[in-house]
Amino acid sequence: MSVQTERTDTGTAAAPGVRKTDVTPPGDTGPARRRGGASAPYLLLLPALLATVILLGWPLVKNGVLSFQNLNPRQLILHLTEWRGFDNYTDVLSGSDFWKVVQRTVVFTAVNVALIMLLGTLVGLLLARLGKRMRLLLMLGLVLAWAMPVIAATTVYQWLFAQRFGVVNWLLAKAGWTSMADYNWFGTQLSTFSVITLLIVWQSIPFVAINLYAATTTIPKELYEAASIDGAGTWKSFTHVTFPFMRPFLWATTFLEVIWVFKAFPQIFAMNRGGPDRLTETLPIYAFVEGPGNQHYGMGAAISFLTILILLGLTAYYLRTVLKQEEDEL
Amino acid sequence: MKRSLMARLWPNATALVLFVVFAFPVYWMFATSLKPAGDIIADDPVFLPTDITFDHFQKALDADHFWTLVGNSLTVTVLAVVFSLVIALLASFALARMRFKGRRGFILTFMIAQMAPWEVMVIAIYIIVRDADLLNSLVPLTVFYMIMVLPFTVLTLRGYVAAVPKELEESAMVDGCTRRQAFVKVILPLLAPGLMATSLFGFITAWNEFPLVLILNKDAEKQTLPLWLSSFQTTFGDDWGATMAAASLFAVPILVLFVFLQRKAVSGLTSGAVKG
Repeated sequence: MSVQTERTDTGTAAAPGVRKTDVTPPGDTGPARRRGGASAPYLLLLPALLATVILLGWPLVKNGVLSFQNLNPRQLILHLTEWRGFDNYTDVLSGSDFWKVVQRTVVFTAVNVALIMLLGTLVGLLLARLGKRMRLLLMLGLVLAWAMPVIAATTVYQWLFAQRFGVVNWLLAKAGWTSMADYNWFGTQLSTFSVITLLIVWQSIPFVAINLYAATTTIPKELYEAASIDGAGTWKSFTHVTFPFMRPFLWATTFLEVIWVFKAFPQIFAMNRGGPDRLTETLPIYAFVEGPGNQHYGMGAAISFLTILILLGLTAYYLRTVLKQEEDEL
Repeated sequence: MKRSLMARLWPNATALVLFVVFAFPVYWMFATSLKPAGDIIADDPVFLPTDITFDHFQKALDADHFWTLVGNSLTVTVLAVVFSLVIALLASFALARMRFKGRRGFILTFMIAQMAPWEVMVIAIYIIVRDADLLNSLVPLTVFYMIMVLPFTVLTLRGYVAAVPKELEESAMVDGCTRRQAFVKVILPLLAPGLMATSLFGFITAWNEFPLVLILNKDAEKQTLPLWLSSFQTTFGDDWGATMAAASLFAVPILVLFVFLQRKAVSGLTSGAVKG
């Protein structure tokens, strides 16, 4: 399992801890290049590149174009193109809704990512400390949560937190919190977000924990021995050996989680359609509800363009690091 | 003595609690789907179903279009994964084994593409697909799922290709193979675990996709299972037995695949390389 997850991570995060395998040793190009011809790599890359540029670029450009249009049901059905200039943007940016949603999305992302990283790291470290049998058992639990399809997991959480006959309310009431016996979790913003957060954190911890555990197995044992000879306790050896070793991995994972949580759609949408009263709409949901939902397609396109910009802003630092790493590699 | 016992007890006890926390929702889904209605709406939850019934599964299976949608989901997912695997294999080989101008740029392109916010581009995709007259078709779904999976597949396979010792390929070439033969005969078999692992994750991504099919395919017969499950729940409302049975039917292929392929993928590149 560790091998596989670690490799997955190589691809996803380019975590420097496991990146070493990617480095092509220098001086290996001579015969290869002569045999394959100088155009070979480009030909091999062509299909993947074309697919990416066209299938990703086209919707992106289209999205940009639409965001300057007045596109409502009438224009949509009659295939009319009416330009609106920057009006969609001024409308969105001057309304208070958009900024509320931005703020909500950022807070939501921050809370989820913080919980995922903190708890995921703790569970990963626990995995490293466990005996073989217990580790296998915990691993099984993690893999089950990880493998649950998102919509199925969302449905199960709705059942767990169902107002009547939901096992969570029963448990809380049994634990002495009797007012929770018939609590409606989907009645307020905070409680709905709590359930969504629990769902997302529950499903995201396994990725962090299992990968982190896999990475700890690559830390040379001598480092810990040296640390314990120097009199380091559990905490010291964590801060001086484990953490520095894990830092690149933790960085990369944090940014990946930021992207994933920020983009989270099915969990929120299927849980309560962004309700109650649109109070749990994050940016992707907001764009969807305004666009296809309320049939303000041009407006929705403007919102989604702004969403992409915000996402880019949030991940710019990560992209810069990746860029630098790839530079070092060559 | 006492201290060391405690030191061993704590991690194990925590692990046990965590196991329950992580596994319980999955267990509860299956347990509910097998309980008679009376046990589901009992004042005290029945944690161990003794009276097992398959009525809920029957109900889910009998729901409109179920088998059509299974077919749709499988078609779209399998095609998307196979296409992306073939395209990615070529690209990953170039990225892992060759040096050329712009290599870094290509890698970056795939890294950025991997973060593409598909969830917020649905409006543009909807208009594109509508203008192409392909709403309620499986073609755009296949194409877009392929591209959603592709960047990840390229980058991951690159790691697997790079991990295959170069010497194997070289010695095959010394023995008279061309580079292509060396790739097909020597490298490809060694990549099997990597291909399985990447296709597993690709499969999960495509199998799970929700926002795109939600907007593109309104026609009930052209939808996929995630959409079916979310609307099933709306239709069947408080019938949690049927809903959990539906969720189980949707989740089982992935759970089985994950547990099964995860093991296969472990068999490891290096052990394979030695055998090869």
